[in-house]
Amino acid sequence: MVENRPLLNFLSHLLLILGVAVVVFPVYVAFIASTHGPNDFLSGVVPLWPGPHLLENYSQMLTTGLSSSGAPPLLPMMWNSLIMAVGVAVGKISISILSAFAIVYFRFPFRTLAFWMIFITLMLPVEVRIVPTFQVVASLGMLNNYGGLIVPLIASATATFLFRQFFLTVPDELMEAARVDGAGPLKFFWDILLPLSRTNIAALFIILFVLGWNQYLWPLLITTDPHLYTVVMGIKRMAAVADAEPRWNIVMAAVMLAALPPVLVIVAMQRLFVKGLTETEK
Amino acid sequence: MQGKRTVFPNKVLPYLLLLPQLAVTIVFFLWPAAQAFWSSFQREDAFGFKTTFVWFANYTKLFADPVYLNSFRTTVIFSLAVSLLSLGIALLLAVAATRMLRSSRIYSTLIVWPYAVAPAIAGILWWFLFNPSIGIIAYVLRRFGIDWNHLVDPNDAMILVVIAATWKQISYNFLFFMAGLQSIPHSLEEAAAIDGAGPTKRFWTIIFPLLSPTTFYLMVINVVYAMFDTFGVIHATTEGGPARATEILVYKVYFDGFVGLNLGSSAAQSVILMAIVIGLTVVQFRWVERRVQY
Repeated sequence: MVENRPLLNFLSHLLLILGVAVVVFPVYVAFIASTHGPNDFLSGVVPLWPGPHLLENYSQMLTTGLSSSGAPPLLPMMWNSLIMAVGVAVGKISISILSAFAIVYFRFPFRTLAFWMIFITLMLPVEVRIVPTFQVVASLGMLNNYGGLIVPLIASATATFLFRQFFLTVPDELMEAARVDGAGPLKFFWDILLPLSRTNIAALFIILFVLGWNQYLWPLLITTDPHLYTVVMGIKRMAAVADAEPRWNIVMAAVMLAALPPVLVIVAMQRLFVKGLTETEK
Repeated sequence: MQGKRTVFPNKVLPYLLLLPQLAVTIVFFLWPAAQAFWSSFQREDAFGFKTTFVWFANYTKLFADPVYLNSFRTTVIFSLAVSLLSLGIALLLAVAATRMLRSSRIYSTLIVWPYAVAPAIAGILWWFLFNPSIGIIAYVLRRFGIDWNHLVDPNDAMILVVIAATWKQISYNFLFFMAGLQSIPHSLEEAAAIDGAGPTKRFWTIIFPLLSPTTFYLMVINVVYAMFDTFGVIHATTEGGPARATEILVYKVYFDGFVGLNLGSSAAQSVILMAIVIGLTVVQFRWVERRVQY
């Protein structure tokens, strides 16, 4: 701020409060809806204050689910989402950090080719090559298991670039000193490079966890077995039923539960999250 | 390509380190992409017994198909609307938030969290708010004499998916604008203030031009987001309807491939989409080399 302008300050606050209100409003209404009984919506409009059915709706959703929708209870679906999110995050980080290490600390034929092959994945989002990728996964027998949910998503150009950029800034002297002391490449990686990359790994983990949790199209294709549904794609099935019968209260409870874990992660680790986001994407 | 001055002498180890990444890339990215490319030149008969090589027939058929051209137009309108709206709102909020000395962190936290909400869930949230029979916004609109019904009216459906997709994207743009604004040297603005430039003039002559690299980068990212990542918004709400009014290209690839089982056409559409992504990526990376500056 350069000079003090009370009117402009007031307007800025007003604008920000308005912005926050718009951002929060849909979730507030969803939360309110999730605390009411099934008949509170029949009057034609959603109430704006919390109702008494909070615990009842959430526990019903977590343990029994909406049976008529053919979707399982939320707890196993959230478990699947958790496995998928952690699997995607850990998988991407491990294979990316290894390939960045290879590209930066070794010189070998086809190094540039390998780099470009990794780079190309950036240009082929899963949405674009849905049918052939599905066929490959099907022919490998990876439908309806965690491997099929996770492995095809773990190639990552952005994570590889991030680690490559970071490794390039690590002083050469560290590696030279390690070699003088007789450390091999793997020891150097494990004892020096990995500890130095801790912050980057943590920041990346947050971004990738959210990305993995929020996958929608991929689990939709890979899982036909309800035991493997993830929560974000499972909710769609419930919402489709909710239009036919007035069960919006528990569908909104499900929506709240599905959105909560990733939101909690980025609110709790905001500083790391912002670092991860603004540094990985550039 | 850049590397280290001194390197480890191992000959086999680097290949082993690269193996997992390259294996996944080849099996799940390059091979399917090649498959899509190959089958976009083929036509499969109704029972899948016979495939014939048809050269560019799938492509010419697509570009003669009014449904496909309409989907193209829908995608352009949708992506532009989402990008411009979310960029504009985010910039406004970021400029306001950087003025704040103490409260800027709190505002940021409150604006940033929708980043973590899945597109499909964002869609369902707004679907519920606008629900013609019980949605609160539909109710208010009715009071104002607007008969909202996204189940029947194509325009209403489009507005709904644009709002849902924009709502989710504001947080991302906000963060990058905040970072961009904080990197502009304070002295420039102070000098302009001493010379008598008011806040509006300072914004348009100093801040906005210096922010142009960020804006340009975000523009590309937002178009990519609107074209590809919003599949969940569409699929969880309108499913491309009513009357294909919200059928963006990515949704159509999915629908023709998995529901319509028209594999040749779906493959040709995949190839066209790949060309678009490659184009956008090239634009983005060329920009990283030569930053937009005034």
